[in-house]
Amino acid sequence: MSKKAYSAPDAKQPVSAGKIAVYVILILWALISIFPVYWMLTFSLKNNNEIFGENVIGLPKYWVWENYTRAMNTGNMPLYFLNSVIVAVSTIVITLLAAVMATYAITRLDWKGRKSMNKFFMLGLTIPIHASIVPLYTTLAKLKMLNSYFALIIPYSAFSLAMGILISIGFMGDIPYDLDEACFLDGCGVWGTFCRVIAPLMMPAVATVGIYTFLQCWNELMFANVFISKDSLKTLPVGVQALSGQYTTDWGPIGAALSIATIPTLLVYVFLSKQIQDSFIAGAVKG
Amino acid sequence: MKRPFSYKLNIFLFLLPALILFVGVLIAPIIMSGYYSLTEWNGLTTPQFIGLANYQELFTSKSINIMRALKNAMLLALLSTFIQLPFALWLALKLSKKPRGERVFLSVYFMPVLISTVVIGQLWIKIYNPDYGVLNLLLRNLGLDNWTNIWLGDKKTALWAAFVPILWQYVGYHMLLMYAGIKGVPPELNEAAMIDGCTEGQVNRFIIIPYIKPILRVSVIFAVTGSLKSFDLIYVLTNGGPNHATEVPSTLMINLLFLRNRYGMGSTIAVMLIILCFVFAILINMVFKEEKGR
Repeated sequence: MSKKAYSAPDAKQPVSAGKIAVYVILILWALISIFPVYWMLTFSLKNNNEIFGENVIGLPKYWVWENYTRAMNTGNMPLYFLNSVIVAVSTIVITLLAAVMATYAITRLDWKGRKSMNKFFMLGLTIPIHASIVPLYTTLAKLKMLNSYFALIIPYSAFSLAMGILISIGFMGDIPYDLDEACFLDGCGVWGTFCRVIAPLMMPAVATVGIYTFLQCWNELMFANVFISKDSLKTLPVGVQALSGQYTTDWGPIGAALSIATIPTLLVYVFLSKQIQDSFIAGAVKG
Repeated sequence: MKRPFSYKLNIFLFLLPALILFVGVLIAPIIMSGYYSLTEWNGLTTPQFIGLANYQELFTSKSINIMRALKNAMLLALLSTFIQLPFALWLALKLSKKPRGERVFLSVYFMPVLISTVVIGQLWIKIYNPDYGVLNLLLRNLGLDNWTNIWLGDKKTALWAAFVPILWQYVGYHMLLMYAGIKGVPPELNEAAMIDGCTEGQVNRFIIIPYIKPILRVSVIFAVTGSLKSFDLIYVLTNGGPNHATEVPSTLMINLLFLRNRYGMGSTIAVMLIILCFVFAILINMVFKEEKGR
């Protein structure tokens, strides 16, 4: 779609006061939406004099990159970052594997009860994490698995699963059945078909499910806060929260820490905004 | 066609990873939570079955004061439904008219949804900072010194100050859902209405809004159940303080569980929340169905 085709008719109409008012509100809300992040990125590069009076909302006059080195050195940020990456990547892999396999069984294999099985999984879209926090905590404690990556990876995978299946079903429907049949006739069997035909063609779903799962576990606070108390295993949200409590007067390094936690998400968003938005829409419309 | 046993086994094997995760982490714990909610339990000894005593205590205890937490959550739900959602709908309607920069606006409005609530909470704490925060600075520069406040520390303002970031963060989410719904309205409907001389307002009211009702329903359900379950931002901003003024059910639950080791009572709150969310979802569905019938 070309943008010109749409904007041309608008240009002919006289610009009314109402339209200008609408535009002003749209721009105002855009500024309000973006302001906290803009402010964070700028004060992460300022010294205290600028932050606390000289230059509160402008761009930094002297770029204090030292804030970032301080956040990295004193605040364990690299460790929290690494923990978040490990948890996110493992969760994405497990969610994808389980979701794509289950989707294959539900949509491609022929058996009674596959529709009910799908509905059963879709229950997961509505179950709040509150429902399982106590049993998970006590069970993990019994298994001596609190304070381990698994204490987060397994619950995160389970709670991302319904969404993963929902998105995968949409994508798998686009793969022509002829391909399965051809492969079957060549004597592939279900596993062969799955590995050679379905899995490679599910790559677009992998991206969408992966992004959605990434955002969920990168930002999750309640489980991460409760299941992990050891500093060396904390993920970014919990780590940043602890840091902010320790350095209440040093805004520069805190800003740097907050930015370090946020920049990966922003980068993903800049490059994949359409996919991200689509995955959120898919979850809501079906859920 | 008769299927060999190995085929059935394969189906089972394909479902196995998902089933283990799903039953182990979601289904079994719900049942366990239901049982724990009927027990007195400190997490160390074996749970003592006490029937509905926790529920009775929950709704009568002055020290827990669940009613205040529920009232706060309901206030958030009301603000969300009657201020946040209408504003999101207005944005979606305006953006769907393809103003210049439509994509940019859409992406900017949605951005706060993706940022960690801890980051957002910490930023708003700084925005509200009584000495150096942007809000008080702005008021001082406008000559409104009397209006400056210790926003999150004052019992009178803390609740509203904590709600603003929550409402702010998710405007973009609801806007996106509604925008996607509006894009799904067949263009013929709009054109026909325009030819019949409908104004933009009439098209919105009589064509678009009725058409996207299923999405509005989802948005209302998310707004209400999300408010009941709200935790992250309140936890970061005030953790229920000052003097419990901003307590919501989830912060109460976490405090009972991990500060007072009352696992039974914590589960009771969890179960109550799940039931409440479920009941509200059904009620909202009924309201939307009735509208359809008329």
